[in-house]
Amino acid sequence: MEILSLLGDGMVLSLQPLNLLLIIVGVTVGLFIGAMPGLGSVNGVAILLPITFLVPPGSAIIFLAAIYYGAMYGGAISSVTLGIPGASTAVATTFDGRPLALQGKAGLALVAAAVASFVGGTVANILFTAFAPLLASVALSFGPPEIFALMLLAFATFVGLGGDDIPKTILSICMGLVFAAIGFDQVSGAPRLILFDINGFLKGINFLVLAIGVYGIGEMIWTIYSTRGEITTTKAEISVGQIWRDIKEVGQRGWKGTAIGSFLGFFVGILPAAGATPGSLMSYGVAKMVSRKPDEFGKGHPGGVCAPEAANNSASTGAMLPMLTLGIPGSPTTAVLLGGMVIWGLTPGPRLFVEQTEFVWGLIGSFYVSNVFALLINLAFIPLFIWMLRMPFTILAPLIFVLSVIGGYAALRDMFDIWLLLVFGFGAFFLRRFDYPLAPAVLAIVLGPIAEPTLRQSLLLSSGDPSIFFTRPISGPIMVIAIILILLPLAKFLRQNKPA
Amino acid sequence: MTITRRLMVLASAAAVGFAGMVGAAHAFEPKKPIDFVIMAGPGGGADQIARFLQSVAEKKDMTSRPLVPNNKGGGSGAEALIALSTTNDPDHTILVTLNSFFTTPLRQPNLGIDIQTFTPVAMMAVDPFVLWVHKDSGITTFEQWLETVKAAGGEYVMGGTGKGQEDSIVIAFMSDAFGFKVKYIPYDGGGAVAKDLAGQQIMATVNNPAEAKGFYEAGDFVPLLAFSDERIPGIDVPTMKEKGHDFSYYNQRAVVGAPGMSDDAAAYYQKLFADIYNTEEWQGYMESESLSPLWMNPDEQRAYWETQVANHKALLAAMGE
Amino acid sequence: MRLGEIITAAILALLAIYLMWKSTSLEIGYIRGEGPGGGFWPFWLSFIMLLSTGWIAVNWWRGTSPPSQSDEPVLDAYGWKMLVFVGGGIAAFVALIPIISMYGAICLFLIYYLKFLGRHSWFVTLALSIGLPIVFFFFEGAMRITMPTGMSFTEPVFNLLYDIIY
Repeated sequence: MEILSLLGDGMVLSLQPLNLLLIIVGVTVGLFIGAMPGLGSVNGVAILLPITFLVPPGSAIIFLAAIYYGAMYGGAISSVTLGIPGASTAVATTFDGRPLALQGKAGLALVAAAVASFVGGTVANILFTAFAPLLASVALSFGPPEIFALMLLAFATFVGLGGDDIPKTILSICMGLVFAAIGFDQVSGAPRLILFDINGFLKGINFLVLAIGVYGIGEMIWTIYSTRGEITTTKAEISVGQIWRDIKEVGQRGWKGTAIGSFLGFFVGILPAAGATPGSLMSYGVAKMVSRKPDEFGKGHPGGVCAPEAANNSASTGAMLPMLTLGIPGSPTTAVLLGGMVIWGLTPGPRLFVEQTEFVWGLIGSFYVSNVFALLINLAFIPLFIWMLRMPFTILAPLIFVLSVIGGYAALRDMFDIWLLLVFGFGAFFLRRFDYPLAPAVLAIVLGPIAEPTLRQSLLLSSGDPSIFFTRPISGPIMVIAIILILLPLAKFLRQNKPA
Repeated sequence: MTITRRLMVLASAAAVGFAGMVGAAHAFEPKKPIDFVIMAGPGGGADQIARFLQSVAEKKDMTSRPLVPNNKGGGSGAEALIALSTTNDPDHTILVTLNSFFTTPLRQPNLGIDIQTFTPVAMMAVDPFVLWVHKDSGITTFEQWLETVKAAGGEYVMGGTGKGQEDSIVIAFMSDAFGFKVKYIPYDGGGAVAKDLAGQQIMATVNNPAEAKGFYEAGDFVPLLAFSDERIPGIDVPTMKEKGHDFSYYNQRAVVGAPGMSDDAAAYYQKLFADIYNTEEWQGYMESESLSPLWMNPDEQRAYWETQVANHKALLAAMGE
Repeated sequence: MRLGEIITAAILALLAIYLMWKSTSLEIGYIRGEGPGGGFWPFWLSFIMLLSTGWIAVNWWRGTSPPSQSDEPVLDAYGWKMLVFVGGGIAAFVALIPIISMYGAICLFLIYYLKFLGRHSWFVTLALSIGLPIVFFFFEGAMRITMPTGMSFTEPVFNLLYDIIY
């Protein structure tokens, strides 16, 4: 009961006029920053950090949290309307969001994203409020072997994701994983795979370079080619009645994905090394597995939008947990928020919850309020985003190219990366022509940088003995499930190919 | 000690200000947003300091064009050093450094970076290192710790930010000086190291006070030994020097300008960061984050770089790098 | 398409071999007591890439994958023309950024695309190609992200613009 009264106080605090105004402005700004391909919540929060000196710390963090929320909602918008995942957390949203948009159901996809985000955020808030200190100790019990097992599970849920061509899918996964290894070997501290000895590769290949290259350039040129420049999507309808019908359809077909995403996303999100991206990918994979019509996933199933969107919002709230309870950032965005707290003179760490009760509960209260406003503001802007899609394709295409380049530059600030992005774009176009699936490569470049270091840290811990993954109480069961999931389709494949 | 330093600062700041007035006819004012490169990714210790400096400049409206933070932590800082060396606008490009400023050019000579070509701007502070263990280990003194590590016979697990990084240099020195072996697990940042010490995935770390402070105040982490010249206020543990080894190690928190920066621009940034240094905010930040002041004028900074490069060369060589 | 399929596979095989060769500069084996070396992960994954290209080649020889059965050209006349005009336009856009600044390059690219590829009216073309860079410039000011300003001759313009927003 004490928690409820603290939460009540927190909500009252966040409903004060100044804080409420900051929430509304923050959510709106975040929504648009998130909708820019390339820019995500980390940019939004980092860039607006100094602005918060004008207001007291309690209000400042509420403002930043509102931007964070808005950006998580906004990530889905570029995934659906432009087909470019604006941040790694929104990759899975493109799998079904983009096909829906091409079928003229962009409205349905955007509504699904908004509603699922709201549910995910709310579930996460309730779990957070009720179990924060308990969950913090769960997060700490995840060491390198557990995180690696989790990454393997994320891959396992994705085995069926590629196209029908098995060697091309395997190639795509491996290519992404190798690209992820370019740059710097953390264990030996030596440069690694500096292709053609070009210094630009020293920093590695950012996920965004590959994702914007593949989706923003490659996929766009492919669309122009395969439609002969005359795109014939049915125009999406905009009306209040249509949005209402969409909400009902999401309720019917997306509830399962939303539920899976809300819980799975939260639990993966509270683990500092994992975070929102693996959470949203796994939720998509699981939603597809448990669906009665798994074949519809990837071709425009609302559940395929709901699961990752519920998960990435839920995980973003989850990532706040280690930050507030332990002072450990669970994601780059929370790392910057943490920096903000230091600037305001607060000491993040285990004492924060006890010593700064008003600050902490004001923030938690604001999560609930931000979430409601993010939903309303997002729904209000949906007609604008759909209207954008109704532009002639010869206007939309160059705008997407410009957004890809300017967004890519804003995030990476290096012309080398922009050239690399073009190379990937043209490469992707040709690979696409020969039926190579590229989504697995994009996923691999996101998961690779978590999977490889945790694998090697674990083996260093065990002096090279791989049984460490199976003997620890948490990683053991996860490993077993992951391996079974990987072997299942393989067994099916071998049975099919047995000579009769 | 502090008083003399502060006096020195005031004196040097006044001198710079005077020089600025004399040269007022062609004094430098930034005409473009200033590229404020950070030699680390978002969220780490260096990033927090850089964003704090930026926030002070912003709050007090000290620059006519904003400082735009730009994280370039790739390749252990190589990305940032290359960016500074190849910039086409050295008058608007400055860098917040840590010790990888010295070690990365040493370890990757093919980059062709000569740090003496960079322009000294300001030494904001130095960040000491402390040896930490988890409270559940029951260890409270350095001697007890040494005994435990030696008894483990190479199975004692320590975590850090990677081979050749600051903490690994300290650990390498210790294991050499006291003759023990540990398992060293590399992580991608100080926060991840602190988290796995809190979760007891690893048994000890060498970390900056700022990164371990929250856990220390909550009583989860126990400090055993400081690698500073004098005892660190607020963390009352013996220093390595008290244990009879003439060794101290700090992470520098300094600002440098791009190679080829004009003298006028250098004078401008030197004055700007001297002003920031003297603000109440920065003085308070140094105290709360246990940073040690070590103000130097540009010539002293150059000399300091030289001794640091020599030191690191010896330390890395001793590690077999 | 049939020829293209095997050439693509061959190029990817070469890429895999190159990546394997690059990985060997670090330890690719399993170090006793330490686990995999620095080159282990990229080397063996590149090796699997190489095996996959072999598998693709087998499928090509047996003619089981759709591209290996098709007689279509890889790109028809329209395709090549499109690739040169659209792809070349984007490449030129990026090449112009360091010369005439991000905004100048956006403006020229949009004029080129909207007017010459899209055949839109001059009104639409100019409204977008001038309006969009202005919107982005205010975005730059609000977001504190500096875009490339091009070679030194653009400096007076930007100095004036920065005076306006800061």
